[in-house]
Amino acid sequence: MEGQQHPLGIYFKIWGLLFVLSTMSYLVDYFHFQGYLRWTLIIVFMLLKAGLIVAVFMHMLWERLAMVYAILVPPLVLLVLLGIGAGEASHTFFTRGTFFGPPAAQAVPAPHK
Amino acid sequence: MSQSALTGPTGEALPLAPGIQGIVADWSSDQRAFKKVPWGKAMMWIFLLSDTFIFSSFLISYMTVRMSTTATWPNPSEVFALTIAGKSIPLILIAIMTFVLISSSGTMVLAVNYGYRKDKVKTFIFLLITAALGATFVGMQAFEWTKLIMEGVRPWANPMGAAQFGSSFFMITGFHGTHVSIGVIFLIIVAIKVLRGDLDHERPGFLTGRKGNYEIVETMGLYWHFVDLVWVFIFAFFYLW
Repeated sequence: MEGQQHPLGIYFKIWGLLFVLSTMSYLVDYFHFQGYLRWTLIIVFMLLKAGLIVAVFMHMLWERLAMVYAILVPPLVLLVLLGIGAGEASHTFFTRGTFFGPPAAQAVPAPHK
Repeated sequence: MSQSALTGPTGEALPLAPGIQGIVADWSSDQRAFKKVPWGKAMMWIFLLSDTFIFSSFLISYMTVRMSTTATWPNPSEVFALTIAGKSIPLILIAIMTFVLISSSGTMVLAVNYGYRKDKVKTFIFLLITAALGATFVGMQAFEWTKLIMEGVRPWANPMGAAQFGSSFFMITGFHGTHVSIGVIFLIIVAIKVLRGDLDHERPGFLTGRKGNYEIVETMGLYWHFVDLVWVFIFAFFYLW
């Protein structure tokens, strides 16, 4: 048998932890945290939850490294897509502000005579 | 079970190397690269990897349209608020959906655990509870969609602000809801197989000649946890941001 068998205790602990983390990320919204504090807390709680689910519930903690790396390393290239998307979005936002904004904001140079 | 250990010249099993050395040894073993995992489980992981890319593309395109719009983005905290007992509670429906999905992940690991102990009835019951929680989640999502559609949210426009809100919302939650629905169907199929004793008697499934065993419960579990995992990211980036 090659299956993953572990004592139930660890599952219950992680389960409880996931509930606590979810409650905390909900409270971020409930107490109207804003700006960098909000974004940092959201991302920290999100990564903790994701890590716990993958590591314990999906048993990655106990797999051979050959498999762990084959699955967890490729998604890192998505950071490139993230960067391209952010760059493109800023550019689009800038051009929209310039060309579709109110007339006063449109910095169109006067034509030469 | 097919051979998964490294074997020496006379067919005796060699010990598997640990750590980084193990990665090199596993991949260069000229045998199965993924040691100590059933074939179906490795394939499920590879499928989930591809699904990761699909959902990431959705979330990244959502980021792109949200960053580039000049219209104000609707405040999810208010859009998804519910009035309970005369008091408006922000985002409460989404919070309940999150807890429902996490609970279902918990019952799923219990099902996998009892499966390996060959406890047919308990595995069946926990699989069924997982499916029921999944169906509850989809039901609440249907309620949420109905509410938003009645308020005039469409994929191309909405009364609260940026038009891209509707397209992102329907695309992302729709795709995730479809995954949950498919998961519920498969959970029920696996539950019936367990209760019927298909896995105990190693009966092949309807699509394969391979013998049934309790590893399919764990493979099913991987899919289910992945659905929960995707929700963690959607919850953070779409609903909380």
